[in-house]
Amino acid sequence: MIVALFATCLVDGLFPDVGIATTRLLRRLGHQVEFPQQQTCCGQMHVNSGYPDEAVPLVRHHVDTFERYDAVVVPSGSCTAAIRHQHATLAERAGDPALAARARAVAARTFELSEFLVDVLAVTDVGAYFPHRVTFHPTCHALRLLRVDDRPYRLLRAVDGLDLVELPAAEQCCGFGGTFAIKNAEVSSAMLADKLANVAASGAALCAAGDASCLMHIGGGLVTSGAPTRTLHLAEILASTR
Amino acid sequence: MTFLGMPGASTSGQVRADRPFPTAARDALADPQLRANLRNATTTIRDKRARVVAEVPDWVELRAAGAAMKDDVLAHLDDYLGQLERQVTARGATVHWARDGDEANRIVTDLVRATGAREVVKVKSMATQEIALNEALAAAGIQAVETDLAELIVQLGHDRPSHILVPAIHRNRTEIRDIFQREMPGVDPELSDDPKMLAEAARRYLRRKFLSAQVAISGANFAVAETGTLAVVESEGNGRMCLTLPRTLITVMGIEKLVATWRDLEVYLQLLPRSSTGERMNPYTSMWTGATEGQDSHLVLLDNGRTATLADPQGRAALRCIRCSACLNVCPVYERAGGHAYGSTYPGPIGAVLSPQLTGVDAGFNATLPFASSLCGACYDVCPVAIDIPSMLVHLRARAPKHAAERVAMRTAAWTMRSPRRWQRALRALRLARPLHRFRRLPPPLSRWTKSRALPTPPRQTLRDWFADDGA
Repeated sequence: MIVALFATCLVDGLFPDVGIATTRLLRRLGHQVEFPQQQTCCGQMHVNSGYPDEAVPLVRHHVDTFERYDAVVVPSGSCTAAIRHQHATLAERAGDPALAARARAVAARTFELSEFLVDVLAVTDVGAYFPHRVTFHPTCHALRLLRVDDRPYRLLRAVDGLDLVELPAAEQCCGFGGTFAIKNAEVSSAMLADKLANVAASGAALCAAGDASCLMHIGGGLVTSGAPTRTLHLAEILASTR
Repeated sequence: MTFLGMPGASTSGQVRADRPFPTAARDALADPQLRANLRNATTTIRDKRARVVAEVPDWVELRAAGAAMKDDVLAHLDDYLGQLERQVTARGATVHWARDGDEANRIVTDLVRATGAREVVKVKSMATQEIALNEALAAAGIQAVETDLAELIVQLGHDRPSHILVPAIHRNRTEIRDIFQREMPGVDPELSDDPKMLAEAARRYLRRKFLSAQVAISGANFAVAETGTLAVVESEGNGRMCLTLPRTLITVMGIEKLVATWRDLEVYLQLLPRSSTGERMNPYTSMWTGATEGQDSHLVLLDNGRTATLADPQGRAALRCIRCSACLNVCPVYERAGGHAYGSTYPGPIGAVLSPQLTGVDAGFNATLPFASSLCGACYDVCPVAIDIPSMLVHLRARAPKHAAERVAMRTAAWTMRSPRRWQRALRALRLARPLHRFRRLPPPLSRWTKSRALPTPPRQTLRDWFADDGA
């Protein structure tokens, strides 16, 4: 299968290791991975910040870029949710039903990484080796907009050597929320402080998640607070081998 | 299909934030005791709700029915309101129509004045909080006595409610003891902060009020269009006392509180207590139809921005709300910022979508409310009438006025991202920011991020460059 990687703007620009890990993992599983160089951003930041009109050209650009692929993999629950739940609605709102139909077709072939592995490739043991104590933060949009449920946990439990420990109050938001982290910085930081306390209480050496954005928030908080725990994307763990 | 409530309606009362949400949130954030109170209370009730909802096998269907029936009512609101008025009138009560809070307050004040009473007892009611009825009555020389325990604590403390169901959630028992000692006439000066003793003190105080009151004022959880029946759902029994003892009963109700038929109550009387108090059934459900013999009964139907809310296809589902407050209890923002930060009778996620719609998004600082959410989605999951609050917040953000600088930044970002070539250049330029990483804190506005979160170091190579070089 030829798989297109939609890396997301954040991974492309700031966390390329997440995209590299996703690519190596899928290639190891025997698939061709293409990175369409035309790709930019799903437009979620604009929509969620109150600029839906500005997001419409980004939706059109995304559809143009990914329409020709059979499957699109995204190492982000949040951006997958934007493609699945926002793109067609935005096109309709802009009075472009043709674009809405195309956006729906692309969305139907777009999968968050854990969905793609478990549902499309029907694999939970990806042959990874990662001998560390890890806790997992189930990011809000993967959890509540995609309903990925226990898919990431099933993948992590199958990793050789990995010690998966429970994160207390795991399903509480870390406080990122896009521009919320800036506009309501103090409430966001209070939410983050509780998340950091729970990460510490888990006893894990690493906090993993399926979204680079939430990890940027949690990871930044860990560094500033002087905590020893570090963050890692699910893809980076699944890509690791002996 | 028409979405018609009351023509020419406006909004007045306590639904307008007078400070931006981020500023108002600082009060609670800076108060560790308050944050502990809120965390304990919301966590307890959240867990109780989850337990009693999980034991209902057809919860999903109940929830869908609760949403669909409210949508039907909202789609034909003019018909149902007419039906309600006819039924209530035929059964001996009087119906009044109020465009806004001021008009409702005038109607109620005149009705109380006509009885000659100087004091009225009140059942806990969101509608009368919304229109600041107590303050209006006080201005006319009439004292309103709140009889719900938590509402009484708020009233005696000269305070404002901070939660829909538990208005005094921000108070602990020592604070309540102090308020009672200071404000409750005839209270034992040695009163302890034992919850039992506090409840007993309130009971004694209120009993005298119930027995002497000539007029009671209530809200209504539901009104049945088919029969003209009004319903109040409560826990303490104070509502039952108010509804049955005084000679005159005045009920103030938002026009969206309707259900079509008696049978529809079956669904809501399951959804509401489980979502609200985490009980299988609430202790007291009082229902009355028209006026009982010897009683003078009035129903004031309140618009106060509801017709305007109804006009927005993407916002009108907020009017399905049955005021259970499940969304407050699961909201991570409410838990940290507290109810007062929302500056409105309606706090939490539902307040963030309801207040700006009732007043218009430009009123006061209500435009900051839709941004008071990380869009985590927990509120939508627990809503018993399936209001998609996160999508509604996003919709209202689009209608909120924006700062010029932000607008320019967002437009520039979109312009850059529209073109892969411009985007690639922007990403490469990010590398120039690598030296910034040596600075732990950056100047405003970036300090809003760096105060509690280190910035990520831009990589030497973007992902697209990796693919272009050796990844392909």
